Amino acid sequence: MRRVVVTGLGIVSPLASGIEETWSRLLAGESGAGTIQRFDASHLATNYACEVPLGDGSDGTFNPDDWMAPKERRKVDDFILFGMAAAAQAVADAGWMPEDEESRLRTGVLIGSGIGGLSSIADTAILLKEKGPRRVSPFFIPGSLINLISGQVSIRYGFKGPNHAVVTACSTGAHAIGDAARLIQWGDADVMIAGGAEAAICEIGIAGFNACKALSTKRADDPQRASRPYDADRDGFVMGEGAGVVVLEDYEHAKARGAKIYAEILGYGLSGDAYHITAPSEDGDGGYRAMEAALKRAGLTPDAVDYINAHGTSTMADTIELGAVERLLGDKAGLATMSSTKSSVGHLLGAAGAIEAIFSILAIRDQVAPPTINLDNPAVEPKLNLAANGKHEREIDVALSNSFGFGGTNASLVMGKVTD
Amino acid sequence: MSDIADRVKKIVVEHLSVEEDKVTENASFIDDLGADSLDTVELVMAFEEEFGIEIPDDAAETIQTFGDACKFITDAS
Repeated sequence: MRRVVVTGLGIVSPLASGIEETWSRLLAGESGAGTIQRFDASHLATNYACEVPLGDGSDGTFNPDDWMAPKERRKVDDFILFGMAAAAQAVADAGWMPEDEESRLRTGVLIGSGIGGLSSIADTAILLKEKGPRRVSPFFIPGSLINLISGQVSIRYGFKGPNHAVVTACSTGAHAIGDAARLIQWGDADVMIAGGAEAAICEIGIAGFNACKALSTKRADDPQRASRPYDADRDGFVMGEGAGVVVLEDYEHAKARGAKIYAEILGYGLSGDAYHITAPSEDGDGGYRAMEAALKRAGLTPDAVDYINAHGTSTMADTIELGAVERLLGDKAGLATMSSTKSSVGHLLGAAGAIEAIFSILAIRDQVAPPTINLDNPAVEPKLNLAANGKHEREIDVALSNSFGFGGTNASLVMGKVTD
Repeated sequence: MSDIADRVKKIVVEHLSVEEDKVTENASFIDDLGADSLDTVELVMAFEEEFGIEIPDDAAETIQTFGDACKFITDAS
Protein backbone atom coordinates (compact mmCIF):
# COMPACT_ATOMS: atom_id res chain seq x y z
CA MET A 1 0.00 0.00 0.00
CA ARG A 2 1.21 3.51 -0.79
CA ARG A 3 1.75 5.92 2.11
CA VAL A 4 -0.46 9.02 2.28
CA VAL A 5 0.64 12.36 3.68
CA VAL A 6 -1.00 15.73 4.24
CA THR A 7 0.52 18.61 2.29
CA GLY A 8 -2.10 21.35 2.45
CA LEU A 9 -4.69 22.66 4.91
CA GLY A 10 -7.66 25.04 4.66
CA ILE A 11 -10.23 26.15 7.19
CA VAL A 12 -13.27 28.39 7.41
CA SER A 13 -14.39 28.22 11.03
CA PRO A 14 -16.45 30.16 13.54
CA LEU A 15 -13.17 31.41 15.03
CA ALA A 16 -11.74 32.70 11.75
CA SER A 17 -11.13 32.05 8.09
CA GLY A 18 -7.62 30.67 7.68
CA ILE A 19 -5.49 28.02 9.34
CA GLU A 20 -3.18 30.13 11.49
CA GLU A 21 -5.91 32.59 12.49
CA THR A 22 -8.19 29.76 13.61
CA TRP A 23 -5.46 27.76 15.31
CA SER A 24 -4.05 30.65 17.38
CA ARG A 25 -7.53 31.54 18.63
CA LEU A 26 -8.27 27.90 19.40
CA LEU A 27 -5.07 27.57 21.44
CA ALA A 28 -5.94 30.81 23.25
CA GLY A 29 -9.21 29.24 24.38
CA GLU A 30 -11.52 31.58 22.48
CA SER A 31 -15.14 30.74 21.69
CA GLY A 32 -16.83 31.29 18.35
CA ALA A 33 -20.32 31.32 19.85
CA GLY A 34 -22.77 34.20 19.96
CA THR A 35 -26.37 35.22 19.40
CA ILE A 36 -27.35 34.30 15.83
CA GLN A 37 -26.73 37.33 13.58
CA ARG A 38 -27.79 36.08 10.15
CA PHE A 39 -31.51 35.83 10.80
CA ASP A 40 -33.94 36.59 13.61
CA ALA A 41 -33.80 33.47 15.79
CA SER A 42 -35.59 34.95 18.78
CA HIS A 43 -38.61 32.68 18.34
CA LEU A 44 -36.54 29.46 18.37
CA ALA A 45 -35.71 27.36 21.44
CA THR A 46 -32.03 28.07 20.66
CA ASN A 47 -31.04 31.54 19.45
CA TYR A 48 -27.24 31.14 19.56
CA ALA A 49 -24.68 29.33 17.45
CA CYS A 50 -21.09 29.52 16.23
CA GLU A 51 -21.32 31.54 13.01
CA VAL A 52 -18.43 32.22 10.64
CA PRO A 53 -17.28 35.83 11.28
CA LEU A 54 -18.10 37.80 8.12
CA GLY A 55 -16.07 40.88 7.22
CA ASP A 56 -13.69 42.42 4.73
CA GLY A 57 -11.22 39.55 4.96
CA SER A 58 -8.84 41.27 7.38
CA ASP A 59 -8.05 39.89 10.86
CA GLY A 60 -9.39 36.44 10.03
CA THR A 61 -12.84 37.56 8.92
CA PHE A 62 -14.47 35.75 6.04
CA ASN A 63 -15.07 37.84 2.94
CA PRO A 64 -17.14 35.82 0.42
CA ASP A 65 -15.78 37.98 -2.45
CA ASP A 66 -12.28 36.63 -1.77
CA TRP A 67 -13.37 33.10 -2.68
CA MET A 68 -16.14 33.21 -5.31
CA ALA A 69 -17.22 35.97 -7.69
CA PRO A 70 -20.63 37.45 -6.84
CA LYS A 71 -22.09 36.04 -10.06
CA GLU A 72 -21.06 32.49 -9.12
CA ARG A 73 -21.87 32.85 -5.43
CA ARG A 74 -25.46 33.74 -6.18
CA LYS A 75 -25.89 30.26 -7.67
CA VAL A 76 -24.70 28.21 -4.69
CA ASP A 77 -25.69 27.59 -1.11
CA ASP A 78 -23.27 28.81 1.58
CA PHE A 79 -22.00 25.29 2.31
CA ILE A 80 -20.49 25.27 -1.20
CA LEU A 81 -19.01 28.75 -0.68
CA PHE A 82 -17.36 27.62 2.58
CA GLY A 83 -16.10 24.42 0.94
CA MET A 84 -14.67 26.31 -2.02
CA ALA A 85 -12.88 28.75 0.30
CA ALA A 86 -11.32 25.99 2.41
CA ALA A 87 -10.34 24.07 -0.72
CA ALA A 88 -8.74 27.16 -2.25
CA GLN A 89 -6.72 27.71 0.95
CA ALA A 90 -5.61 24.08 1.03
CA VAL A 91 -4.61 23.96 -2.64
CA ALA A 92 -2.61 27.20 -2.28
CA ASP A 93 -0.99 25.92 0.92
CA ALA A 94 0.06 22.71 -0.85
CA GLY A 95 1.34 24.64 -3.85
CA TRP A 96 -0.41 22.13 -6.09
CA MET A 97 -1.66 23.84 -9.24
CA PRO A 98 -0.48 21.52 -12.01
CA GLU A 99 -0.47 22.76 -15.58
CA ASP A 100 0.04 19.36 -17.21
CA GLU A 101 -2.85 17.10 -18.12
CA GLU A 102 -1.42 13.93 -16.55
CA SER A 103 -1.14 15.58 -13.12
CA ARG A 104 -4.69 16.87 -13.38
CA LEU A 105 -5.93 13.41 -14.31
CA ARG A 106 -4.22 12.06 -11.19
CA THR A 107 -5.79 14.64 -8.82
CA GLY A 108 -9.26 14.05 -7.40
CA VAL A 109 -11.73 15.74 -5.06
CA LEU A 110 -13.76 14.20 -2.23
CA ILE A 111 -15.51 16.84 -0.14
CA GLY A 112 -18.79 16.03 1.60
CA SER A 113 -21.45 17.67 3.69
CA GLY A 114 -23.80 16.34 6.33
CA ILE A 115 -26.93 18.10 5.12
CA GLY A 116 -26.03 20.21 2.10
CA GLY A 117 -28.14 23.13 0.90
CA LEU A 118 -30.65 23.13 3.71
CA SER A 119 -31.48 26.84 3.71
CA SER A 120 -31.70 26.89 -0.10
CA ILE A 121 -34.15 23.99 0.02
CA ALA A 122 -36.24 25.71 2.69
CA ASP A 123 -36.26 29.06 0.85
CA THR A 124 -37.13 27.44 -2.47
CA ALA A 125 -39.98 25.46 -0.88
CA ILE A 126 -41.48 28.73 0.34
CA LEU A 127 -41.01 30.33 -3.09
CA LEU A 128 -42.68 27.34 -4.74
CA LYS A 129 -45.65 27.60 -2.42
CA GLU A 130 -45.98 31.38 -2.82
CA LYS A 131 -45.16 31.94 -6.49
CA GLY A 132 -45.40 28.57 -8.19
CA PRO A 133 -42.97 26.23 -9.95
CA ARG A 134 -41.99 28.65 -12.72
CA ARG A 135 -40.10 30.78 -10.18
CA VAL A 136 -37.79 27.96 -9.06
CA SER A 137 -34.24 28.88 -10.04
CA PRO A 138 -32.32 26.66 -12.48
CA PHE A 139 -29.48 26.91 -9.96
CA PHE A 140 -31.52 25.56 -7.07
CA ILE A 141 -30.58 21.88 -7.59
CA PRO A 142 -26.90 22.32 -8.60
CA GLY A 143 -26.55 24.89 -5.81
CA SER A 144 -27.86 22.51 -3.13
CA LEU A 145 -26.45 19.10 -4.04
CA ILE A 146 -23.83 17.82 -1.62
CA ASN A 147 -21.36 16.63 -4.27
CA LEU A 148 -21.29 20.07 -5.90
CA ILE A 149 -18.37 21.25 -3.77
CA SER A 150 -16.33 18.47 -5.35
CA GLY A 151 -17.76 19.43 -8.73
CA GLN A 152 -17.02 23.14 -8.31
CA VAL A 153 -13.47 22.52 -7.06
CA SER A 154 -12.73 20.20 -9.98
CA ILE A 155 -14.03 22.78 -12.47
CA ARG A 156 -12.03 25.63 -10.94
CA TYR A 157 -8.71 23.76 -10.90
CA GLY A 158 -9.17 21.25 -13.71
CA PHE A 159 -8.76 18.27 -11.37
CA LYS A 160 -10.04 15.34 -13.44
CA GLY A 161 -9.36 12.42 -11.08
CA PRO A 162 -11.95 10.69 -8.85
CA ASN A 163 -14.79 13.10 -8.04
CA HIS A 164 -16.78 11.96 -5.09
CA ALA A 165 -18.63 13.10 -1.96
CA VAL A 166 -19.44 11.62 1.43
CA VAL A 167 -22.71 12.01 3.34
CA THR A 168 -22.53 10.49 6.81
CA ALA A 169 -23.98 13.23 9.03
CA CYS A 170 -21.42 14.31 11.63
CA SER A 171 -18.84 11.74 10.51
CA THR A 172 -18.72 13.15 6.96
CA GLY A 173 -15.44 15.04 7.21
CA ALA A 174 -13.55 12.12 8.75
CA HIS A 175 -15.00 9.60 6.30
CA ALA A 176 -14.10 11.91 3.40
CA ILE A 177 -10.46 12.15 4.45
CA GLY A 178 -10.25 8.42 5.20
CA ASP A 179 -11.88 7.37 1.93
CA ALA A 180 -9.75 9.81 -0.07
CA ALA A 181 -6.60 8.43 1.56
CA ARG A 182 -7.65 4.94 0.45
CA LEU A 183 -8.10 6.14 -3.15
CA ILE A 184 -4.46 7.23 -3.05
CA GLN A 185 -3.35 4.02 -1.32
CA TRP A 186 -5.00 1.96 -4.06
CA GLY A 187 -3.53 4.12 -6.81
CA ASP A 188 -6.75 5.68 -8.14
CA ALA A 189 -5.16 9.09 -7.62
CA ASP A 190 -1.85 10.64 -6.52
CA VAL A 191 -3.40 13.72 -4.92
CA MET A 192 -6.85 14.15 -3.34
CA ILE A 193 -8.53 17.33 -2.10
CA ALA A 194 -10.66 16.06 0.79
CA GLY A 195 -12.85 17.34 3.60
CA GLY A 196 -16.29 18.53 4.60
CA ALA A 197 -18.42 21.66 4.72
CA GLU A 198 -21.65 22.71 6.40
CA ALA A 199 -23.93 25.75 6.57
CA ALA A 200 -27.03 24.64 8.48
CA ILE A 201 -27.42 27.59 10.82
CA CYS A 202 -30.81 28.60 9.46
CA GLU A 203 -34.33 28.59 10.84
CA ILE A 204 -35.21 25.07 9.70
CA GLY A 205 -31.80 23.72 10.76
CA ILE A 206 -32.04 25.04 14.31
CA ALA A 207 -35.72 24.04 14.58
CA GLY A 208 -34.92 20.53 13.35
CA PHE A 209 -32.08 19.90 15.79
CA ASN A 210 -34.13 21.49 18.57
CA ALA A 211 -36.87 18.97 17.82
CA CYS A 212 -34.29 16.17 18.26
CA LYS A 213 -33.42 17.71 21.66
CA ALA A 214 -29.81 17.82 20.50
CA LEU A 215 -29.00 21.55 20.90
CA SER A 216 -28.09 23.56 23.98
CA THR A 217 -31.02 25.80 24.91
CA LYS A 218 -30.19 27.19 28.35
CA ARG A 219 -27.44 29.71 27.73
CA ALA A 220 -28.97 32.49 25.63
CA ASP A 221 -27.56 34.94 28.17
CA ASP A 222 -24.03 33.55 27.86
CA PRO A 223 -23.58 31.69 24.56
CA GLN A 224 -19.80 31.46 24.83
CA ARG A 225 -20.20 29.19 27.84
CA ALA A 226 -22.80 26.94 26.19
CA SER A 227 -20.53 24.40 24.49
CA ARG A 228 -19.00 22.59 27.48
CA PRO A 229 -18.07 18.98 26.68
CA TYR A 230 -17.69 16.66 29.71
CA ASP A 231 -18.99 19.37 32.05
CA ALA A 232 -21.78 18.42 34.43
CA ASP A 233 -23.80 21.45 33.29
CA ARG A 234 -23.71 20.73 29.55
CA ASP A 235 -27.14 20.71 27.91
CA GLY A 236 -26.62 19.96 24.23
CA PHE A 237 -24.40 20.99 21.34
CA VAL A 238 -23.96 24.45 19.86
CA MET A 239 -24.25 24.45 16.10
CA GLY A 240 -21.24 25.61 14.10
CA GLU A 241 -20.64 26.13 10.39
CA GLY A 242 -17.74 26.33 7.97
CA ALA A 243 -15.43 23.91 6.22
CA GLY A 244 -12.18 22.02 6.55
CA VAL A 245 -10.24 20.72 3.56
CA VAL A 246 -6.88 18.96 3.32
CA VAL A 247 -4.64 18.07 0.42
CA LEU A 248 -3.67 14.40 0.67
CA GLU A 249 -0.81 13.10 -1.40
CA ASP A 250 1.10 9.94 -2.14
CA TYR A 251 4.25 10.19 0.03
CA GLU A 252 6.65 9.58 -2.86
CA HIS A 253 4.81 12.13 -5.02
CA ALA A 254 5.05 14.73 -2.25
CA LYS A 255 8.75 14.04 -1.67
CA ALA A 256 9.53 14.17 -5.39
CA ARG A 257 8.10 17.67 -5.75
CA GLY A 258 9.63 18.85 -2.47
CA ALA A 259 6.26 19.56 -0.85
CA LYS A 260 5.93 20.65 2.76
CA ILE A 261 4.60 17.61 4.66
CA TYR A 262 2.50 18.14 7.77
CA ALA A 263 1.73 14.57 8.80
CA GLU A 264 0.93 11.07 7.60
CA ILE A 265 -2.50 9.43 7.56
CA LEU A 266 -1.57 6.25 9.41
CA GLY A 267 -4.93 4.61 9.94
CA TYR A 268 -8.65 4.85 9.28
CA GLY A 269 -11.39 2.81 10.90
CA LEU A 270 -15.14 2.66 10.31
CA SER A 271 -18.02 1.03 12.15
CA GLY A 272 -21.78 1.08 12.60
CA ASP A 273 -23.69 1.05 15.88
CA ALA A 274 -26.80 -0.81 14.65
CA TYR A 275 -28.52 0.66 17.67
CA HIS A 276 -30.47 3.96 17.37
CA ILE A 277 -30.98 6.77 14.83
CA THR A 278 -29.66 9.57 17.05
CA ALA A 279 -28.11 8.03 20.20
CA PRO A 280 -24.90 6.02 20.56
CA SER A 281 -25.09 2.63 22.25
CA GLU A 282 -24.62 3.04 25.97
CA ASP A 283 -21.29 1.24 26.11
CA GLY A 284 -19.80 3.21 23.17
CA ASP A 285 -19.20 -0.04 21.33
CA GLY A 286 -19.37 1.54 17.84
CA GLY A 287 -16.82 4.22 18.63
CA TYR A 288 -14.58 1.69 20.31
CA ARG A 289 -14.56 -0.54 17.24
CA ALA A 290 -13.84 2.39 14.90
CA MET A 291 -10.83 3.40 17.00
CA GLU A 292 -9.65 -0.20 17.25
CA ALA A 293 -9.92 -0.64 13.47
CA ALA A 294 -8.02 2.60 12.78
CA LEU A 295 -5.18 1.57 15.09
CA LYS A 296 -5.05 -1.87 13.51
CA ARG A 297 -4.66 -0.26 10.06
CA ALA A 298 -1.93 1.95 11.49
CA GLY A 299 -0.16 -1.08 12.94
CA LEU A 300 -0.13 0.63 16.33
CA THR A 301 -1.14 -0.38 19.83
CA PRO A 302 -3.39 1.97 21.82
CA ASP A 303 -0.54 3.14 24.03
CA ALA A 304 1.04 4.84 20.99
CA VAL A 305 -1.73 7.46 20.95
CA ASP A 306 -0.59 10.76 22.49
CA TYR A 307 -3.52 13.02 21.64
CA ILE A 308 -7.18 12.34 20.92
CA ASN A 309 -9.43 14.93 19.34
CA ALA A 310 -12.75 13.69 20.70
CA HIS A 311 -16.11 13.79 19.03
CA GLY A 312 -17.28 15.32 22.38
CA THR A 313 -20.30 17.38 21.33
CA SER A 314 -21.35 18.71 24.75
CA THR A 315 -24.20 16.22 25.01
CA MET A 316 -24.88 13.23 27.22
CA ALA A 317 -22.90 11.09 24.73
CA ASP A 318 -19.58 12.71 25.81
CA THR A 319 -19.09 10.37 28.74
CA ILE A 320 -19.94 7.34 26.59
CA GLU A 321 -17.08 8.22 24.22
CA LEU A 322 -14.82 8.98 27.19
CA GLY A 323 -15.56 5.53 28.61
CA ALA A 324 -14.80 3.86 25.28
CA VAL A 325 -11.47 5.69 24.97
CA GLU A 326 -10.53 4.78 28.54
CA ARG A 327 -11.33 1.11 27.87
CA LEU A 328 -9.26 1.21 24.68
CA LEU A 329 -6.22 2.77 26.35
CA GLY A 330 -6.52 0.66 29.50
CA ASP A 331 -3.85 1.35 32.09
CA LYS A 332 -2.11 3.74 29.65
CA ALA A 333 -5.08 6.16 29.65
CA GLY A 334 -3.33 8.46 32.10
CA LEU A 335 -0.56 9.10 29.57
CA ALA A 336 -2.80 10.49 26.82
CA THR A 337 -4.40 13.90 26.39
CA MET A 338 -7.89 14.23 24.94
CA SER A 339 -9.78 17.41 24.15
CA SER A 340 -12.95 18.48 22.43
CA THR A 341 -12.37 21.49 20.21
CA LYS A 342 -16.16 21.70 19.79
CA SER A 343 -16.01 23.61 23.07
CA SER A 344 -14.56 26.51 21.02
CA VAL A 345 -15.96 26.16 17.51
CA GLY A 346 -19.23 24.34 18.19
CA HIS A 347 -20.35 21.35 16.19
CA LEU A 348 -19.73 21.84 12.47
CA LEU A 349 -21.71 18.67 11.61
CA GLY A 350 -20.42 17.45 8.23
CA ALA A 351 -17.35 19.69 8.48
CA ALA A 352 -16.50 18.67 12.06
CA GLY A 353 -14.43 15.59 11.24
CA ALA A 354 -12.39 17.53 8.69
CA ILE A 355 -11.54 20.54 10.85
CA GLU A 356 -10.85 18.25 13.80
CA ALA A 357 -8.45 16.17 11.70
CA ILE A 358 -6.74 19.47 10.82
CA PHE A 359 -6.55 20.44 14.51
CA SER A 360 -5.00 17.02 15.22
CA ILE A 361 -2.44 17.59 12.45
CA LEU A 362 -1.58 21.03 13.86
CA ALA A 363 -1.30 19.49 17.33
CA ILE A 364 1.36 17.16 15.90
CA ARG A 365 3.10 20.04 14.10
CA ASP A 366 3.24 22.32 17.14
CA GLN A 367 3.39 19.65 19.87
CA VAL A 368 0.44 21.09 21.73
CA ALA A 369 -3.06 19.82 22.50
CA PRO A 370 -5.75 22.49 22.11
CA PRO A 371 -7.94 23.01 25.18
CA THR A 372 -11.42 21.87 26.13
CA ILE A 373 -12.86 25.19 27.27
CA ASN A 374 -15.76 25.62 29.73
CA LEU A 375 -14.83 22.41 31.51
CA ASP A 376 -15.31 23.68 35.03
CA ASN A 377 -16.93 20.73 36.73
CA PRO A 378 -16.36 17.36 35.00
CA ALA A 379 -19.42 15.12 34.91
CA VAL A 380 -17.22 12.13 35.71
CA GLU A 381 -13.67 11.84 37.02
CA PRO A 382 -11.64 11.29 33.82
CA LYS A 383 -8.64 8.96 33.65
CA LEU A 384 -7.29 11.05 30.75
CA ASN A 385 -6.03 14.60 30.78
CA LEU A 386 -8.86 16.57 29.10
CA ALA A 387 -6.82 19.79 28.66
CA ALA A 388 -9.46 21.56 30.69
CA ASN A 389 -9.50 25.31 30.08
CA GLY A 390 -5.93 25.47 28.84
CA LYS A 391 -3.80 24.12 26.01
CA HIS A 392 -1.48 21.29 26.95
CA GLU A 393 2.04 21.39 25.55
CA ARG A 394 3.39 17.88 25.26
CA GLU A 395 5.03 15.39 22.94
CA ILE A 396 2.57 14.35 20.23
CA ASP A 397 3.79 11.80 17.69
CA VAL A 398 0.43 10.16 17.07
CA ALA A 399 -3.05 11.72 17.18
CA LEU A 400 -6.45 10.08 16.80
CA SER A 401 -9.62 11.94 15.80
CA ASN A 402 -13.11 10.55 16.38
CA SER A 403 -16.32 11.42 14.53
CA PHE A 404 -19.71 9.85 15.17
CA GLY A 405 -22.92 10.58 13.27
CA PHE A 406 -26.67 10.13 13.40
CA GLY A 407 -27.62 6.71 12.14
CA GLY A 408 -24.83 5.19 14.21
CA THR A 409 -21.98 5.85 11.77
CA ASN A 410 -18.47 6.11 13.21
CA ALA A 411 -15.06 7.03 11.82
CA SER A 412 -11.64 7.33 13.42
CA LEU A 413 -8.51 8.72 11.80
CA VAL A 414 -4.99 8.13 13.09
CA MET A 415 -2.40 10.67 12.04
CA GLY A 416 1.27 10.85 12.88
CA LYS A 417 4.61 12.54 12.36
CA VAL A 418 6.22 11.41 9.14
CA THR A 419 9.19 9.14 9.70
CA ASP A 420 11.25 7.66 6.89
CA MET B 1 -33.46 54.19 -24.81
CA SER B 2 -36.89 53.09 -23.73
CA ASP B 3 -37.87 52.35 -20.19
CA ILE B 4 -38.20 48.65 -21.07
CA ALA B 5 -34.67 48.51 -22.49
CA ASP B 6 -33.29 50.19 -19.35
CA ARG B 7 -34.98 47.66 -17.10
CA VAL B 8 -33.87 44.69 -19.26
CA LYS B 9 -30.31 45.98 -19.29
CA LYS B 10 -30.29 46.33 -15.52
CA ILE B 11 -31.34 42.69 -15.13
CA VAL B 12 -28.72 41.47 -17.61
CA VAL B 13 -25.94 43.47 -15.94
CA GLU B 14 -26.95 42.19 -12.52
CA HIS B 15 -27.35 38.52 -13.42
CA LEU B 16 -24.35 38.13 -15.71
CA SER B 17 -22.01 40.55 -13.91
CA VAL B 18 -21.10 42.33 -17.14
CA GLU B 19 -20.29 45.98 -17.89
CA GLU B 20 -23.28 48.02 -18.99
CA ASP B 21 -21.64 49.12 -22.25
CA LYS B 22 -21.23 45.48 -23.33
CA VAL B 23 -25.01 45.04 -23.36
CA THR B 24 -25.67 46.23 -26.91
CA GLU B 25 -28.56 45.57 -29.29
CA ASN B 26 -26.93 42.52 -30.91
CA ALA B 27 -25.05 41.21 -27.86
CA SER B 28 -25.72 37.48 -27.53
CA PHE B 29 -26.20 36.34 -23.95
CA ILE B 30 -24.22 33.15 -24.53
CA ASP B 31 -21.63 34.18 -27.13
CA ASP B 32 -20.88 37.73 -25.97
CA LEU B 33 -21.96 38.05 -22.36
CA GLY B 34 -20.64 34.80 -20.85
CA ALA B 35 -23.98 33.15 -20.04
CA ASP B 36 -24.50 29.40 -20.07
CA SER B 37 -27.81 27.66 -20.77
CA LEU B 38 -28.85 27.79 -17.10
CA ASP B 39 -28.07 31.51 -16.94
CA THR B 40 -30.43 32.14 -19.86
CA VAL B 41 -33.21 30.23 -18.10
CA GLU B 42 -32.71 32.41 -15.04
CA LEU B 43 -32.64 35.57 -17.18
CA VAL B 44 -35.98 34.72 -18.75
CA MET B 45 -37.42 34.10 -15.28
CA ALA B 46 -36.15 37.49 -14.16
CA PHE B 47 -37.79 39.16 -17.19
CA GLU B 48 -41.09 37.41 -16.36
CA GLU B 49 -40.90 38.61 -12.79
CA GLU B 50 -39.94 42.19 -13.65
CA PHE B 51 -42.56 42.72 -16.36
CA GLY B 52 -45.33 40.49 -15.02
CA ILE B 53 -45.51 38.48 -18.22
CA GLU B 54 -45.23 34.80 -19.07
CA ILE B 55 -42.63 33.73 -21.62
CA PRO B 56 -43.40 30.22 -22.92
CA ASP B 57 -40.44 27.85 -23.31
CA ASP B 58 -40.55 27.87 -27.13
CA ALA B 59 -40.54 31.67 -27.15
CA ALA B 60 -37.74 31.75 -24.58
CA GLU B 61 -35.55 29.79 -26.96
CA THR B 62 -35.79 32.58 -29.54
CA ILE B 63 -34.51 35.19 -27.09
CA GLN B 64 -30.79 35.05 -27.80
CA THR B 65 -29.73 38.68 -27.64
CA PHE B 66 -30.44 41.82 -25.64
CA GLY B 67 -32.35 43.15 -28.66
CA ASP B 68 -34.44 39.97 -28.86
CA ALA B 69 -35.40 40.34 -25.21
CA CYS B 70 -36.40 44.00 -25.54
CA LYS B 71 -38.48 43.29 -28.63
CA PHE B 72 -40.28 40.30 -27.11
CA ILE B 73 -41.10 42.16 -23.91
CA THR B 74 -42.24 45.31 -25.76
CA ASP B 75 -44.59 43.20 -27.90
CA ALA B 76 -45.86 41.23 -24.90
CA SER B 77 -46.40 44.17 -22.59
